[in-house]
Amino acid sequence: MSETDPDVTPPPAVAPPVDPRLLVREEGIKGYLTEFERKIRGGDLGSLPVVVGLVIIWIVFSLQDSNYLTSANFEYIAYYMVGIGLLSIGLVFVLLLGEIDLSVGSVSGLSAAVFAVLSVSHGVNPWFAMVITLLTGAAIGALHGFVFAKIGVPAFVVTLAGFMGWQGFMLWLLGSTGTINLPTDRGPMRYLSGNSFFLGGDIAGGYILAGLGVAAYLYSAVGLQRRRRQAGVPYRPTSDLLLRTVVLAIGAFGTAVILNNQKGVPNALVLFAVALIVTNFVLRRTGYGRKVFAVGGNIEASRRAGISVAMVRITVFSTSGFFAALGGLTIAGQISSANQAGSDPNNLMLAIAAAVIGGTSLFGGRGMVWSALLGMLVIESINAGLYMLGLANSIQYMITGAVLLAAVIIDSLSRRTQKSAGRA
Amino acid sequence: MTSPAAGEPVLALRGISKRFGAVQALTDVELEVTPGEVLALVGDNGAGKSTLVKTIAGVHPIDEGQIEWEGRPVNIHRPQDAQTLGVATVYQDLALCDNLDVVGNLYLGRELKLRGLLDEVAMEKTAQELLSTLAIRIPSVRIPVASLSGGQRQVVAIARSLIGDPKVVILDEPTAALGVEQTAQVLDLVERLRDRGLAVILISHNMADVTAVADRVAVLRLGRNNGIFPVQHTTQETIIAAITGATDNAVTRRQARTAEGDR
Repeated sequence: MSETDPDVTPPPAVAPPVDPRLLVREEGIKGYLTEFERKIRGGDLGSLPVVVGLVIIWIVFSLQDSNYLTSANFEYIAYYMVGIGLLSIGLVFVLLLGEIDLSVGSVSGLSAAVFAVLSVSHGVNPWFAMVITLLTGAAIGALHGFVFAKIGVPAFVVTLAGFMGWQGFMLWLLGSTGTINLPTDRGPMRYLSGNSFFLGGDIAGGYILAGLGVAAYLYSAVGLQRRRRQAGVPYRPTSDLLLRTVVLAIGAFGTAVILNNQKGVPNALVLFAVALIVTNFVLRRTGYGRKVFAVGGNIEASRRAGISVAMVRITVFSTSGFFAALGGLTIAGQISSANQAGSDPNNLMLAIAAAVIGGTSLFGGRGMVWSALLGMLVIESINAGLYMLGLANSIQYMITGAVLLAAVIIDSLSRRTQKSAGRA
Repeated sequence: MTSPAAGEPVLALRGISKRFGAVQALTDVELEVTPGEVLALVGDNGAGKSTLVKTIAGVHPIDEGQIEWEGRPVNIHRPQDAQTLGVATVYQDLALCDNLDVVGNLYLGRELKLRGLLDEVAMEKTAQELLSTLAIRIPSVRIPVASLSGGQRQVVAIARSLIGDPKVVILDEPTAALGVEQTAQVLDLVERLRDRGLAVILISHNMADVTAVADRVAVLRLGRNNGIFPVQHTTQETIIAAITGATDNAVTRRQARTAEGDR
């Protein structure tokens, strides 16, 4: 590993003294490679294992079936990953605290039932019914959080009780028929169904979204660079910014081209993207997000710093409940009904698996909401491939289980390496 | 006295008593500390050092007596009261979040905001300025605290106590479990705090540290004052005698024995 170059660095005028022991990245491609190597050795794998895994999955399935690498299949993956992906966003919040929420599957099923009973059986305006459903989810989560934070019951047990209790409540709500069909021509279901596309599937839709995303990223990154330069603290060099923007643009416009090749960008996918961006912003840029990471890192330190640990816990479980409800509505939109299979425990397992596969640690304090997206891409890619090959559910479960185990092993191993490399 | 002549005490304890059930932890304790002074607080285990510090920090409210802040009597019931007055406490377990970087830890609980959002740029800038005025050298303010050494974590914890601009800093055994080099760094930092005009209360078991940086030494024994000594004119033996409490004890007996042996 090479040493630092003199020309790296922070701005000349107010250059803060850099400790010679700190390895600073060199300019250019070589700098990226050496930093990359260092991160791998330090166990700071980031998103690398999951991206490599995803590429391997795509290659393996495309060798098995030539229809796998088609835009139709990617459209399928992009649409069907949203429901469980939303559950997974809420779980990332809970996992950041180092806790677990086993109730999200049941709460999502219950939410679909609440929405169906309100809007179909009682004729409530569907948009109003959606608001009530989301608030119900948030309230259920807050209840779990309250019992956990204030009474001191382990989160595992509280949410296990919720897992069974809310499933029972859902079955009671749905009654003897067990299924309530949801009309897909009005209310939120119109936008969550598989036939709903951004701008009606207009080819411009995908490009507008991709363009907006890339422009917003570039704008904020350049603004940050300017502010950091003015303040005299180290900033990303322009070449770095451009490289990142180009990579993002390739990803965004590539996705747009593939989806446009088919029917367009599903509105459910737009909802997922918005949810990811908003939650990422909350976790990274607000005082609340900092509190979540702090409580996940060291509860005693957070308490002494004046953070209300109970408040953070209750709101995090409430967030999890909210996203469980949103995911439940999306899953109901996929099947145009609320039925007894809505609280399928498999959804819970896949949501946890997605967060962990995507790189969020089970031990708390480390993770990002993007792991919900990455993890769901992996799971749904496997799902779609196995479905295409006509393999039975049994094989599918075994493979998904193996992938989850691999992800947890990587998490534990990288945590151990990080400890020895001092990056816990 | 080595303390500055100009010094009106910033913090004064008058006749403090504290009971825990049947245990009288503190009895009529008097203590004064002036700006620009390092006051060492020493005593055996169970002498009441930690209890005394916790009464000042607001963790245990006092039962009797009075706390004066810049000459005015004040009530300290909660940790927040002490913080608002300007008392910062660095406990022995440093309470840092390993997963957050140095800036995140320094500003934990009092983040700088810009339009309601975290102002990372301003926090990083002021953190760097604070660390460089204290001559603290850490590799980068953007690496997780987990990757710092024990001494570096200690100086980060001390620097963190300075973010709120306190007037009194209480350090609970800051050099325990530190190596020779790191201990020297922390002691240097204590002297720099004094030079900035802060009043420092230093709890320590290590006589070498106490005599190295303290101006005065207050000795507690069984929850009572047992003498306050100016460091320059006091021998370590006198302080140890005050800590252990009697002329006839294990230490003096041993000294007598070794003296005889020498003869």
